[in-house]
Amino acid sequence: MSRLTVVLAGLGACSALAIATAAPLLQGGDYWLSLGVTLLQYGVLATAWAMFSGPTRYVSLATAAFFGIGAYTVAVLGESMPWAGVLLVALGIGVAIALLVGLSTLRLSGVYFVIFSFGLAELVKQIVTWYEVNVTRDVGRHVFIDISQRQIYWQLLALLVSVLGVWVLMRRSRLGLALRVIGDDEVVATHVGIDTSRIKLMLFVLSAAVMTLTGAVLAPRWTYIDPEIAFNPQISFQVLIMALLGGTTRLFGPLAGAVPLVLLFEVLSVNFPNYFLILLGVTFMAIIYFVPNGIAGLLQRVMRHRRSV
Amino acid sequence: MVLTDVLVGGLTLGGLYALTALGLTVQYGVARILNLAYGQFLIAAAFGAFVLATRFGLSPIITLFLALPVGFALQWTVYQLLLMPLVRRTGAGPALETDSILLTFGLSFLVLGICVAAFGGDLYSYSYLAYPVDILGSKVSANRLVAMVFAFAMTAVLYLLLTRTRLGTAVRAVAVSPRFAPLVGVDVRAASAIAFGIGGALLAASGVLISMFLPFSASLGVVFAMKALIVVIMGGAGNLMGCLVAGLLLGFVETLVASYVDPGLTVAANFTLFLLVLLLRPTGLFGKTVR
Repeated sequence: MSRLTVVLAGLGACSALAIATAAPLLQGGDYWLSLGVTLLQYGVLATAWAMFSGPTRYVSLATAAFFGIGAYTVAVLGESMPWAGVLLVALGIGVAIALLVGLSTLRLSGVYFVIFSFGLAELVKQIVTWYEVNVTRDVGRHVFIDISQRQIYWQLLALLVSVLGVWVLMRRSRLGLALRVIGDDEVVATHVGIDTSRIKLMLFVLSAAVMTLTGAVLAPRWTYIDPEIAFNPQISFQVLIMALLGGTTRLFGPLAGAVPLVLLFEVLSVNFPNYFLILLGVTFMAIIYFVPNGIAGLLQRVMRHRRSV
Repeated sequence: MVLTDVLVGGLTLGGLYALTALGLTVQYGVARILNLAYGQFLIAAAFGAFVLATRFGLSPIITLFLALPVGFALQWTVYQLLLMPLVRRTGAGPALETDSILLTFGLSFLVLGICVAAFGGDLYSYSYLAYPVDILGSKVSANRLVAMVFAFAMTAVLYLLLTRTRLGTAVRAVAVSPRFAPLVGVDVRAASAIAFGIGGALLAASGVLISMFLPFSASLGVVFAMKALIVVIMGGAGNLMGCLVAGLLLGFVETLVASYVDPGLTVAANFTLFLLVLLLRPTGLFGKTVR
């Protein structure tokens, strides 16, 4: 039964993905390519978010912080290093900050973590702005890196595939089993000898690393980046909605949520630019009320119902 | 001279933070719902005061007294209409915490969206009592002083309301033990809704007071929500005295950092203080007295 759910959710996600993958191959113009990049961006981010928040049930509002760290690092280092080196430095900074935040807040109850992650983007933004004003005396940077939209697309696709791969491997390992116990009952988990803080920290860092890389890979898409653009809290919010809509405990759940919502937001932001945030908020609240366990959970319930009938 | 500047500055700012967080601590302490939309509603109240002051020439002090019942009604309705379905669904169990955090996060974007649609992203301010007053050789603008006086007065009134009235006793009973409060005839959900309303009255009042002396924009809601959250956690959820002390502490630290280090690092200072308190006393400064 649950396998069927996975298959269904996976089918939906895969078909959308296939369309997205085909887009740049068909040479169908820049619009489709750009849409494909956005789909992949949110697909990766939502999957990374669910990787940590699904099993641990810690609501992380820090996506924008890590995404921004990645994007801004690329904007600063730019051409001074080869592309791979830039990505590595961004990754290093993201991991270091995730370790710092994780070590200090993950041992405590979930509420502290929520509050901390709520303000993290604002905090990093302020520190970056302060640094730019006082040290480099120049807030905002132009990005002159010769990486085309098409290259961004392929890099993101590779990132998505590797994230899904890591997820599958992790689920099959001892770590995956430990995660399931933590998700069901953390007290039980500690009693059977699982080092819950260490595992939560590992997951948080992993998820933050993916988010940082996504930001870094996407940076050349903008020609100009300032802290306000890089650390836009809206990204945290959208990623959260997508992961929740899809369901956070299934492999393709976050993707199944990301694809329809990216398309919906695309339509909304084009047609109602002034009321976009309002509609975003309403969409999110509707999901909390009507699809509390995500599409994956909904499918599972429908099927259980059929079977019992 | 400089020392009195810091003292007076810290006291006005800290008093305001305490008031801002007071409503949140009542909401969280009683209803067990962390209202992430708190700061956004506060900014909405500031916009309300701005419109009333500039379009209709209404004194912010009158707006302040209008804001109390309006804020109460609004947040009471938010609880009854928007949060009650979640309370029912989760049976007020542990899932409520996560669900309500998510819902109020969504709500904050809804309110932000309304503010942006109506006012755009610019900074707004209006002039009210904007002349300096001399206190111990330190110059403070009169509006800041008025705001501080009201902040402390309202804290006192809230304290009396909670400790000296029947309603306040019921609300406190729920804060202490939501499971046993029904045994002595307290309607937990009604008391939670009232606590939400009280929080709403306080947040609307803080919004009006802030609009008197700080330029504000729609995007500032996050900052206020974060500061209020930090103060609530530092003081211990539902702890009024803790909230007051933590608010003043935050105000002083911020004033010190702004005047001796760099005004651009106040958020960093907030977070450092928050982290220190979390690492040293995870239950808050007054953690032991809670529950």
